[in-house]
Amino acid sequence: MAYGLWLKAAVTKKEPKESAVDIHEYQAKELLANFGVAIPPGGVAYSAEQAVYRAAEIGGSRWAVKAQIHSGARGKAGGIKLCTTEDEVRKAATTLLGARLVTHQTGPEGKVVHRLYVEAAVPIERELYIGFVLDRKTERIMLVAHPHGGMEIEEIAKSEPETILRQVMEPAVGMQAFQAREIAFGLGLDPSHVNRMVTVLMGCHRAFRDLDATMVEINPLVLTKDGRLLALDAKMGFDDNALFRRPQVAELRDHAEEDPREAQAAEYGLNYVALDGEIGCIINGAGLAMATMDMIKHAGGQPANFLDVGGGASPERVAMAFKLVLQDRKVGAMLVNIFAGINRCDWVAKGVVQAVKEVGVDVPLVVRLAGTNVEEGRRILDESKLSLIQADSLEDAATKVVAAWKKGKKSKE
Amino acid sequence: MAILINEITRILVQGFTGDKATFHAQKMIEYGGKVVGGVTPGKGGQTHIGLPVFNTTKDAVDAVYPDASIIFVPAAFCADAIMEAADAGIRLVCCITDGIPAQDMMVVKRYLRRYPKEKRTMLVGPNCAGIISPGKSMLGIMPGHIYMAGKVGLVTRSGTLGYEAASQMKDLNIGVSTSVGIGGDPVNGSSFLDILARFEEDPETEAVMMIGEIGGPQEAEAALWVKENMSKPVIGYVAGLTAPKGRRMGHAGAIISAFGDTAAEKAEIMRSLGLSVAPSPADLGKAVAEALAKRPSRRAVLTR
Repeated sequence: MAYGLWLKAAVTKKEPKESAVDIHEYQAKELLANFGVAIPPGGVAYSAEQAVYRAAEIGGSRWAVKAQIHSGARGKAGGIKLCTTEDEVRKAATTLLGARLVTHQTGPEGKVVHRLYVEAAVPIERELYIGFVLDRKTERIMLVAHPHGGMEIEEIAKSEPETILRQVMEPAVGMQAFQAREIAFGLGLDPSHVNRMVTVLMGCHRAFRDLDATMVEINPLVLTKDGRLLALDAKMGFDDNALFRRPQVAELRDHAEEDPREAQAAEYGLNYVALDGEIGCIINGAGLAMATMDMIKHAGGQPANFLDVGGGASPERVAMAFKLVLQDRKVGAMLVNIFAGINRCDWVAKGVVQAVKEVGVDVPLVVRLAGTNVEEGRRILDESKLSLIQADSLEDAATKVVAAWKKGKKSKE
Repeated sequence: MAILINEITRILVQGFTGDKATFHAQKMIEYGGKVVGGVTPGKGGQTHIGLPVFNTTKDAVDAVYPDASIIFVPAAFCADAIMEAADAGIRLVCCITDGIPAQDMMVVKRYLRRYPKEKRTMLVGPNCAGIISPGKSMLGIMPGHIYMAGKVGLVTRSGTLGYEAASQMKDLNIGVSTSVGIGGDPVNGSSFLDILARFEEDPETEAVMMIGEIGGPQEAEAALWVKENMSKPVIGYVAGLTAPKGRRMGHAGAIISAFGDTAAEKAEIMRSLGLSVAPSPADLGKAVAEALAKRPSRRAVLTR
C-alpha cells in the first residue's frame, strides 16, 4: 500500500538544494573541525598557482583537487581529481577552474567552478555514512548512519532500508554519548575506534544545534589504514529563519551559487522560484500560488515561476514582481491572482495599473481579483483602459491565461 | 457549536501594541471576537484600543482570565511568547508570525509536553492565518466576510488557499463550522490529525475539508487516522503538483525532499485510504457538495 511505502522512505531528507542556506565543502569542514571532527589537511585555492602552493604546504605525495560547487555527486561529474605530482595538481586546477560541472543536482545548465579545495589523499580502510537531519515525522534532530559510505543515502533507503541505523535526539537534553556508542557499535567498528566515533557524532550534533543547521552530512566518513576517522566529504545546510542569530553562517553564503533573480526577489520580500514553463504568475500566499500553478497545468499550460507577493502587496512590491517575472524571456502570458484578505482589491488593482504602466507588459495579462472590495477593484481595472483580461474565478483565470498564451504562440509561428 | 473558539472565548493578544496586532485586534473585535486585553512587556498598566495592557501573560490571566491567546510578536521572540502563554495556563494559543527557526519550534513542542494532558496548551500555527468560527468568533487575520456559517469543518496549511475554499463553498451555499489554519512551517503546533480529531467530536460538523501541500508526512498520517477513526466524510486536496523536487515553495515546509512528499503521492495516499480528493483547486467547493450529497442522511446514521 502507498502508505507503507511512504513510511519506509520517510526517513531521509537530503539534497535540500534551495531549502536553506548551503555552504561549500571546505567551509563545512572548517566549521565541523571547530566541533572536534577530524578532517584531512587541506586548503582552498582560487588559482592553479595557489593550488600548487597548497599542495606543497600540505606535503606528502598524493592530493585530491576538488571543485567547490553547491552540489553532490561532484566525483561522477569529473569535479574531483587525484594527483601525485605538483604538475598534475596544476593541470587539474587549470582544467577545473572556470569549467561548468553538470550533476543531477545542478540541473542541465550546470555550475561554474570558481573555487578549489586541495586536500591530502588518505589511505582508506573503510567508508561509512553519517547524516543528521531535521526529521519532520518526529519533529526532532535525527541521526542516520549506514555501514557503507560513498553511496547516496536515498538509494540505500530504497534498496535496503533495514540496514539504516537511526537515533532521535531529545530536544531538552540533546544527544547523549550512549546514543553515539550504539551507532558506533551498530556500524561494526572495532572497540578501539568507538571513542573516536563518539567524538565525531557528538561534534556533528553540537554543530547542528549550535549553528541552527537543517542538515549535516559526512559521506564518506573514512577509517584510515592507520586508524583515524576523517570526514572526507562534508555538507551542511542551514535554517535561513535562524540566520539573524548566526552571523558566522550568514557570511559563508556564496552569492555566485544563487539564482540572481531569486536573490533580488528576496531583497524585496518576495518569494520567487524560477520554473520551466511559459506562464508567469503573481499570486498572494504560498498555498494559493501553488494551487494556481496546479490550475494552469490542469488548463494545459506550465507555470514559468512561483511568486508569492505576500500579505501587504503594496504597489511598489507588485511593480517589482512584474519586473522579476518579465525578466524571464520565455514568459508568453501572465496571470495575476490575488485573494485579498488583509489588503483590499481596490488597492491591489491600483498597484497592478501602476505596475503595468511603469514596467510595460508586452504579453497578454489576465487578472483575477477576489475578496475584500472586489467590485471597486474591477472598476479600477476597467477604467484604466489597459489591455488586460479580467477573470472572476480561479478556473476562469487559468483557462483564459492558457488560451491567451496559446494564441500568442500561434501568432508568433 | 464549533471547535476551539466560539462567541464566549476570551481572547488575549500577545505583542498587543504593535501595528499588525493593533489592526487585527480591531478586526477581531469588529467580527465579534471577545478580546479582553493584551500583553506588551514594559507597557503594563496602559490602555490600548480601550483594553488593558499587561507586562506578563500571568498578570493578564489573573486579571482578565483569557481562554485563548493570539501571538503577533516578532519571530525571534515567538518561542518565548508561546512558552509564556503555556506556563500561564492558556489552553489555546494561535501563533500568526512566520519565520520562526525550526529548532525553536522543536524546543517549544517539547516544552508543551511537560504539562499533564488535561492542562496542556494546544498550539495552532505558527505561520498561519488563525482560526474562525463563522458568525461566532475570530482568532486570526482572515477576512471574516468570506465565510458563511455552516456545518463543514475546514483545515488548511495555507491561509489564502483556505480563503479560496471558503469562498467557493459560500458560492454553493455551503457554510463552515470552524476553519483552522495550521500553518506552512515544517514543525508546527497542531497537525491535520489534531484538528480532524476535534471535528470528529463536534456534533455540528458534518464533513471536513482538509487542504495540504507538498512536503512532510502530516497529510498521510491524517489520512490514515481518518480511515481508522473518522465517521464523517473527509474531502482532501494537496497543492503543488507543479513544484519541482528540492525547491522550497514559499512556506518553509513546502519542499519535496523525500518519497511521499509530492502532491501526487499525497493525493494518491489519501485516495488509497478512502478520502475523496478534489481533482483541481477550482473544484474545492464542488467536491464538498458532492461528498455532502453522497453522505447517508442524518436519520440513517442515527437509526443504524
